[in-house]
Amino acid sequence: MPITHPDLHLTRLNGAIPAWFGEIRPGNLPPICQSVADGGGRLVALWGSDTRLPLLQAGKAANELRREFQVNGFALHVALVNEAGLICLSMALDAEQPVYPDISRIFPAAARMQRATYDLLGIYAHEGRDHRKWVRHGEWHGFPLRKDFNAAQNHISEPDAYPFVQVEGQGVHEIPVGPIHAGIIEPGHFRFSVVGEKVLRLEERLGYTHKGIEKRFESMSLQQGAKLAGRVSGDSTVAYAWAYAMAAESIAAVTPPDRALWLRALFLERERIANHLGDLGDLGNDVALSFGFAQFWILKEQVLRNNAALFGHRYLMDKIIPGGVTADLMEPGKSTLRDECTLLEREVRLLRGIYEEHAGMQDRFIAAGRVEPKLAAQLGLCGLAGRASAQAWDARVQFACAPYDKLDVQMETYRNGDVAARAIVRFDELFESLRLQREILDHLAYGGTCAEPLGKLPGDGFGVGMVEGWRGEVLVAIHTGANGNLARVHPHDPSWQNWPALEHAIMGNIVPDFPLINKSFNLSYSGQDL
Amino acid sequence: MPIFQIIRQIVRTGIKTEAPPQPDEALRVEPQRLQEEILRAFGGALSIRQVDAGSCNGCELEIRALNNAYYNIEGLGIKFTASPRHADMLLVTGPVSRHMEIALKRAYDATPEPKLVVAIGDCGCDGGLFAPDGACENYASCGKVSNVIPVDVVVSGCPPTPTAILQGILTAIGAQRSI
Repeated sequence: MPITHPDLHLTRLNGAIPAWFGEIRPGNLPPICQSVADGGGRLVALWGSDTRLPLLQAGKAANELRREFQVNGFALHVALVNEAGLICLSMALDAEQPVYPDISRIFPAAARMQRATYDLLGIYAHEGRDHRKWVRHGEWHGFPLRKDFNAAQNHISEPDAYPFVQVEGQGVHEIPVGPIHAGIIEPGHFRFSVVGEKVLRLEERLGYTHKGIEKRFESMSLQQGAKLAGRVSGDSTVAYAWAYAMAAESIAAVTPPDRALWLRALFLERERIANHLGDLGDLGNDVALSFGFAQFWILKEQVLRNNAALFGHRYLMDKIIPGGVTADLMEPGKSTLRDECTLLEREVRLLRGIYEEHAGMQDRFIAAGRVEPKLAAQLGLCGLAGRASAQAWDARVQFACAPYDKLDVQMETYRNGDVAARAIVRFDELFESLRLQREILDHLAYGGTCAEPLGKLPGDGFGVGMVEGWRGEVLVAIHTGANGNLARVHPHDPSWQNWPALEHAIMGNIVPDFPLINKSFNLSYSGQDL
Repeated sequence: MPIFQIIRQIVRTGIKTEAPPQPDEALRVEPQRLQEEILRAFGGALSIRQVDAGSCNGCELEIRALNNAYYNIEGLGIKFTASPRHADMLLVTGPVSRHMEIALKRAYDATPEPKLVVAIGDCGCDGGLFAPDGACENYASCGKVSNVIPVDVVVSGCPPTPTAILQGILTAIGAQRSI
């Protein structure tokens, strides 16, 4: 058992990663969270669901309905992780007063998740410290993820005046940025409080790309849902599609064909390679070394073109489905990819030498946007940004599901936590992904089918999938209804954990360094706005 | 010294830029409104303000790829600008989220006439996966871009390739280009 508590009875879930499920009473949530935190564990995700019985059948008496609601209320779900694996806890909440104890004191990353859960479902944390809206900006009444929500009747347009925290003092002024940003990037709002060039405080306000993804899942089939999961955050389409498939396969208690798993790992590493190449080019661009941008984006384009030629899509969208993959790789394709590996290893090694010796670049990189390991641990920083601040978590290493159990992934961590460290982690992971790609190609020698597509899922099931995407751990949880439909799907992006750390990283830096520091994290807006 | 390595690498890399696509009038959803004289000016130097109005970031990846050496959009006299006030064209992605509706309208109003709008991606064209019939059926999304601001040219795809996006841009300004 990953953790013990007198009132906690965990059952092992089927599936690729070590995961347990347990139902608890809301009052037991804080002590269990505390014991996970004390053992070095973290919060991965927090979401809610409407578990009231199907309602409003014509002619049903109001009293009878109300009685049903008391029996069946809402539910809160929390996914924690420690060295043993994922611990998924569910607790039933009252229909009339759906409250649960605040856990943001234990896991600060919970604060925004709790706020979003209120905005979407109307369940709230008792004594939570921040009750401002997070993903709702005043465009609808009521709670969209409730099953009886009516979109047409609940549309309003009363944009909220968001109460940003004010910084006072002589010479302090504010710089509001966004939602539309200067570059070709996603929208969000940043409120800087500055003195001269120095940033005293940054407050983020996100939610601008909220497009109702979670609600949309509920009217989709398992197969349509796979496409939607692949579009939660376009740059991580492989990670999301795999996590979604993993959750579905966990509910159906099936294991995809071996060949499909090797191809999934190949796709995931190629997604990491493409994104790291792009980011390393952008980091050059942000310190006015446009040579770096030109070189790295030539390499990235070559990876994308090979994806299109071999698998039919530049970003590998829709290549992973529940039950397998929809693209295969033949012998000529393998030699193309081996050649690509050789080219990338040679070119990236050369470019890394230039980056490391470039005094102007290193001057901008070193000590900029630092997140100390201690702070990173408190905030639950994850993924590549976490590893640059000594947080040694990588799902491919700790919870190596097939085929990673045969690959021995090497994790690189650094303690500096600055832009330079996040660049070095990208270089190291790039070389490691190229090495893994070669190993995967060697293992793909034997034939076999690529998919045994899943039809409908069993009813009243719960499954979870977690994949180490290029940015960090991507989690997808699926709850099925009595008829096996998608009753609730929650995709979780690592950006939830890492956005608050950016607010700390920028403090004390100068305003012109913000684009560089922001890019060194390169967090997702769409993935957290949903 | 990095500078010698940089120069050697630039020479070794050579020129990667490829020929741009030809315009395709089938992409146009509104008849050309602009006079030829203006189009000639746009054809020589076009400034684009890109607005992500709620996309998944997939289209942004491909729009940014236009700046790489293969597509070399700046070599065609087209550049991305930070302000709509400096722009001749808005390049808009996403199913327009309700939270971005006002920002998109303001960006459109801030763009000086004469101006063009190109909607990028399946979601910008018809709401895509997020609103299958392109209607405002979703509590959080306004659907396609033309539900919010007038659109001249649409480029479908999920995401459309950089070549398709470039073709849409060149179609909007009716420009035959060669390098």
